[in-house]
Amino acid sequence: MNWNIHLPALIIAVPLLGAFAAPLAGLGGKVTRNIWFVAVSIATVALSIMLWQHVQAEGVVVYVLGGESWNLTLPSGLSWPIRIILEVDAFSAFMAIVGSIAAMAGAFFSLRFMERFSGLDKFVSLYFLLMAGMLGMELTGDLFNFFVFLEIASVASFGLVAFWRDRPEAVEAGFKYMIVSTVAAMLVLIAVGFFYGRYNAVNMAAVARMMHFGYPEKIALVFLVTALAMKCGAVPMHMWTPDAYTEAPAGVTCLLVAVSQASLYGLFRVCFSLYGASLGSSVVPWTIIVLGVLSMFIGVTMAVIQKEIKRLMAYHSVSQIGYILLGLGVGLLALKDPQAMADYGFTAMKGGIYHLFNYTMYKGLLFLTAGALFYAAGSRNLNDLGGLARVMPHTAFMFVIAAAAIAGLPPFNGFVSKLLIYESTFAVYPVLAIAALVTSVLTLASFVKVFQTAFLGPAKSVFANVREVPATMLVGMSILTVVVIGLTLLPTWSLANLVEPAAKALVDQAGYISAVMGGGL
Amino acid sequence: MQPLSVIVRTICDIFAWFLAIFGAYVIIHGHLSPGGGFQGGAVVATFLALLLVAHGGKKLLAFVKPGIYSWLETTGLLVFIGTGFAGLTTVFLYNFLSGRGGLFGAVVPTGPNPGILNSSGTIALMNLAVGLEVIGGLSLIVIYMFKGIRLYEEAGSEETGHDR
Amino acid sequence: MRKQEARRPAMTGNMPFLVVGILFFLGLYAILFERNLIKIAIGITLLEASANLLLIVLGYRTGGSIPVFTLAGDVQTMTLPTPQALTLTAIVIGLATSALLLSLIMMLYKHYGTLDVREIRRLRG
Repeated sequence: MNWNIHLPALIIAVPLLGAFAAPLAGLGGKVTRNIWFVAVSIATVALSIMLWQHVQAEGVVVYVLGGESWNLTLPSGLSWPIRIILEVDAFSAFMAIVGSIAAMAGAFFSLRFMERFSGLDKFVSLYFLLMAGMLGMELTGDLFNFFVFLEIASVASFGLVAFWRDRPEAVEAGFKYMIVSTVAAMLVLIAVGFFYGRYNAVNMAAVARMMHFGYPEKIALVFLVTALAMKCGAVPMHMWTPDAYTEAPAGVTCLLVAVSQASLYGLFRVCFSLYGASLGSSVVPWTIIVLGVLSMFIGVTMAVIQKEIKRLMAYHSVSQIGYILLGLGVGLLALKDPQAMADYGFTAMKGGIYHLFNYTMYKGLLFLTAGALFYAAGSRNLNDLGGLARVMPHTAFMFVIAAAAIAGLPPFNGFVSKLLIYESTFAVYPVLAIAALVTSVLTLASFVKVFQTAFLGPAKSVFANVREVPATMLVGMSILTVVVIGLTLLPTWSLANLVEPAAKALVDQAGYISAVMGGGL
Repeated sequence: MQPLSVIVRTICDIFAWFLAIFGAYVIIHGHLSPGGGFQGGAVVATFLALLLVAHGGKKLLAFVKPGIYSWLETTGLLVFIGTGFAGLTTVFLYNFLSGRGGLFGAVVPTGPNPGILNSSGTIALMNLAVGLEVIGGLSLIVIYMFKGIRLYEEAGSEETGHDR
Repeated sequence: MRKQEARRPAMTGNMPFLVVGILFFLGLYAILFERNLIKIAIGITLLEASANLLLIVLGYRTGGSIPVFTLAGDVQTMTLPTPQALTLTAIVIGLATSALLLSLIMMLYKHYGTLDVREIRRLRG
């Protein structure tokens, strides 16, 4: 029996099973719950790597949930796909790997980080629901199913952001995040309603096949771009990002970073595979490029002046999202013109997608090191910290690696993806590349400030009995460090085998459609 | 929350069980008439809300044990995902019970008919599972929201360990 | 009623969509400009109601009856059942969101002592 065909459904079903069975696992006390937490996370990573290999071998993989057979998208005589169809191409499999590695690191980290708090059964359930929602967003081929998984991930993350409920700022951050997120989700639902009303189908491939660009499609595109940019924290809808990322527990923030990438995945799936070449004029690509540049700039300038570590990193998060929007916006701009695509468009897309992977890894690692500092030293304020490098050498080392990667220092992976983005955007409009370079310099400046303040300097007497963080937290951080170092040492391999198939799959709208509409065969 | 008058309490005692039975009817007939898991579960959860409004908070909290509803919720969810995995030999969430005879497997004749309760396979099973889950979940929401109205917490039950 | 429909078919046929638009903007107005937290939560409920109404109205076919095969009897057209399933899912999601929103509002009141959204601003900069 070839179990490989069931992989798309299993990747979503295993975290769901983990979420539903967490109260049972919690019956056996702390040990069984921790074992369950770690086991399901590792299983999800293993399944996503197997799925990626399967997609590399087979091309676009479809899975019909609840049908007669796993690939029977068009049953006897129908010309419309029925049932919910999961459609996994190289970009989806890439995002699934990224998300599940970040989730596993956060899970290992949260084992000891959260142990002083109560209600940990619910924490594990919510964490797995967030993971299932993120993976569902990335693997589905159905617009309404995308909305449902978006809402599953959002509601789970509301609960997790407000998890430290005795802390007023956390509840305030959770409330603000909820309002913005719900408005975004309702916009997505209205856009899905528009598509259903026009084409009588919610399957992405079916709608893409029948798409012709009239007024309702324009309105739906505006709603979708606004809502998904709102969900991933692009300026000017980024107000929730500093609050929510700061007040969530550190392991959860690592996963929230990956969940924002899933909304970014949705944005690019809509722009490239749903609308594709029928996007009409170049207003939408330029809008995305402008949003990207604004995010980069406003994110980094707000970050330089922050005094609290996690809030500083959250503003950097906004600016790094700008890089990805810039890269993929340029790719979208070049979509209609094969010559432009070969010149700079494809490089920009590769840069954007590679930056997505790098960003999730090093930003997750940065948030985890900030959490480790908080766990050991009890404070997140840069004015209080100092001289911690001697007592926490491992954390300091991993922080240096992550900070060098985010600032784009050669030879780290951040440099590779940023270089691809610089070269391709320079060919479109030189000011874009200049903005990206200035942002990079300011990023380096703020991280030098953080490192110097928190880790270097004379030891403070308040921190006399601070020790290194426990082993499981170090394991969580080292997972991400290993991936960052791996990407640093093997840039050519990762670009050729991970990023390039993903970029090709994103551009190939015809392949995406025919995987479902061609009977799934 | 103060209990209401004798008349209201008596009527509530008599008719609250009607809510539970009607909710169960809506859950079980979900594959034949409008309704199903969530709708029926929400109706049964109003049973608890009616008791809360009529009898007052103190009596309700003495009577109700949140643990039962928590286990109802977990059971419903596990049956749901278990049914999904059970069909995995064909496809995830495959309807392996319909048309086979046995539990939920009666064969349905084509054309208008009065509706056979024992049909539609895993759909009916999942309706029951979701119904249990929604009963548990919504009742827990009502109970905890009521408990949260008491705005004074006993000192020492707050959690420290985050910086405040 | 029949004469009115013959004179201006576009208006009465499109009335549900106008209502959707009005509800949407009322909800958005309440979220953006109201100061009381509960009124913001009501605005979110209005926004969800408008999205659900849009989905249901899209499934209507003129002269259609209920899409239940055993109860409809002898009819020519039925309204579509798919948007009804989509709307049910959206209503359940709205319920979960509202429950969580109201619980967070209760906790905000406990911590800050006020329901005025302009006072709840400890996180800024």
